[in-house]
Amino acid sequence: MGNPNVGKSVVFSRLTGANVIASNYPGTTVDFSKGNMRIDGKRVEIIDAPGTYSLEPTNKAEEVASKMLKKADVVINVVDATNLERNLYLTLQLLERNIPVILALNLWDETHHLGIHINEKELETLLGVPVVPTVALTGEGIKTLVSRIKEAKINEKIKSTSEEGRWIEIGSIIGQVEQVKHRHHTIRDKISDSTIKPHTGIPIAIGIIFCAFWFVRFIGENLIEYIFNPIFENLYLPIVMRLSEWLGPGIAHTILIGEYGVEIDFFESLGILTTGLYVPIAAVLPYIVAFYFTLSILEDTGYLPRLATLVDKIFHKLGMHGHGIVPLFLGLGCNVPGALSTRTLETRKQRFISATLLAICVPCMAQMAMIFGALGTHGLYYIGLVFLTLTILYIVIGLILNRFIKGESPEIFLEVPPYRRPSLRATFKKTWMRIRWFLKEAIPYLFFGVFLINILYVIGILQWFGNAVSPVMEGLFGLPGDASIALITGFLRKDLAVGMLFSLNMAPIQLVIAVTMLTIYFPCAATFAVLIKELGIKDMVKAAAIMVGVAIIVGFLLRIILLGV
Amino acid sequence: MPLSLLPINKKARITSILGGYGFQRKLGVMGIREKQEIKIVSKQPFRGPLTVEIRGSQMTLGRGMAQKITVEVVQ
Ligand SMILES: Nc1nc2c(ncn2[C@@H]2O[C@H](COP(=O)(O)OP(=O)(O)O)[C@@H](O)[C@H]2O)c(=O)[nH]1
Ligand SMILES: [Mg+2]
Repeated sequence: MGNPNVGKSVVFSRLTGANVIASNYPGTTVDFSKGNMRIDGKRVEIIDAPGTYSLEPTNKAEEVASKMLKKADVVINVVDATNLERNLYLTLQLLERNIPVILALNLWDETHHLGIHINEKELETLLGVPVVPTVALTGEGIKTLVSRIKEAKINEKIKSTSEEGRWIEIGSIIGQVEQVKHRHHTIRDKISDSTIKPHTGIPIAIGIIFCAFWFVRFIGENLIEYIFNPIFENLYLPIVMRLSEWLGPGIAHTILIGEYGVEIDFFESLGILTTGLYVPIAAVLPYIVAFYFTLSILEDTGYLPRLATLVDKIFHKLGMHGHGIVPLFLGLGCNVPGALSTRTLETRKQRFISATLLAICVPCMAQMAMIFGALGTHGLYYIGLVFLTLTILYIVIGLILNRFIKGESPEIFLEVPPYRRPSLRATFKKTWMRIRWFLKEAIPYLFFGVFLINILYVIGILQWFGNAVSPVMEGLFGLPGDASIALITGFLRKDLAVGMLFSLNMAPIQLVIAVTMLTIYFPCAATFAVLIKELGIKDMVKAAAIMVGVAIIVGFLLRIILLGV
Repeated sequence: MPLSLLPINKKARITSILGGYGFQRKLGVMGIREKQEIKIVSKQPFRGPLTVEIRGSQMTLGRGMAQKITVEVVQ
């Protein structure tokens, strides 16, 4: 346990080493993971608790941390050696609870740069529990930490006191163990200042976001071209072709591979084993990998809190605060981690607004693949129209919800950590954890989606339903009646819906309307499931009503504005 | 004067913090307590949040919160 951003997760991955993490909950501060390690041949379970400043929780992440404490046999309290005073507050509270504690004095390397000198032996005597300096990033001190875990003990002398009492106690401890030399303004401080001051920070932010997206695209395209496509074309396609021969024409062939006798096309065949597998894995996954890798780097350098500071005012108008940028960013990869991270916001109102906006206006990589796939050949202008509409919606719906949703929107209060060099190991690990979420939770839904669509199609229900709604399509949105089938399919699989739109020969503007509506009107089933858990059924019903309502209104407005009829 | 009026980069000492117990504790665990030295690093436009530095660490807080913190400039 420890304060946010002190290196708990890095210590955790050092301790658990190669043993894979059993479960994890992504989200920037809610991350909590379980893992195993061996101490003297015995297997013990280690939990990486979310960061907390005290044991009297002020938000959900801290609540989770306090609850976990009750189950713990030993607490490894990771503290930031460059910020000892603040970190010791939690330490004292832990000691008051009479749980065996061992202190990892992490970020030890940083203390040298900052001119801080800490006498760790003295600290050990004063606290009465083992204190081990560590540099989690390089692994220094971790061995000692492991070997001393069994020395962790309860300090009987520390009695429960008031907040005031703890600060006095901490003051006296700091006075005895810490010396700070004055230091000059370093380059790092200058970078830090220029990225948070508005007149320099905002242009820099725009530059960074631009570069980040360019980088995502670069990695994604290369992954597809040099890894995923060759695998599918050269290794997988022959297998599917053989299967096709073996199956012959029939329902099984239609469901698994696509129409018999038509050449297999991974984008348009619409079989479970062709399009159903190819689109999520070869067209979407590479971008998700690229995206979360880039985001993890931004996150680990410490840039995000600065960005949150810069955009706070705007997000406050939308009923959230600067932290709202986190669900937004995470959601651009896959909406599921985005939805999970909404719980880092403090109030119900904030969580509701950020989740609803996420589901409506934030396209995930699969949706972006859909947008680019459908409109790419018609030109950037049309893609721009879709994104412009989504951005305007984010702001307008945010303003409206802020007005009408009851509840509080507290102000931002966020630590701005110093810039740090991201560790590649930690970055890879974090990227992997988030991708695993997509693989484990989203892909099964995706499979099931194609399966269901194909069944409905074979039975004829889809066509029947499509016919029933087609007057609405034509009347309200100026779309061909058959577009309704695509929109219904979109409930289950948006990426497949695009394939269907293709065959309708719509004008580009009609495509813009259809694609925008597809993006808005519902998140995927996996996100839907997570949102029900996060918001509760009642709020989710409200959110869903808003989604459908907005899709209808926007479709209609776009038709009037863009088609002029 | 309230913290929100303190000029950028001027050192000041916190003299009092208004607000309930929960609010005081939330600030307190981050180092914002009476008698501590504080300085403003940046102010976002349109009454946006302030970034302050206290004991070598920085944090961002809303303008409204900053109004509840009273400081006096130290020489
Ligand atoms: N220089 C240095 N950086 C570290 C050390 N330990 C962790 N970090 C970095 O500190 C940041 C926060 O680490 P993380 O484990 O995510 O913190 P958590 O929020 O406590 O889990 C990351 O960017 C790490 O790479 C260390 O010992 N030295
Ligand atoms: Mg962590």
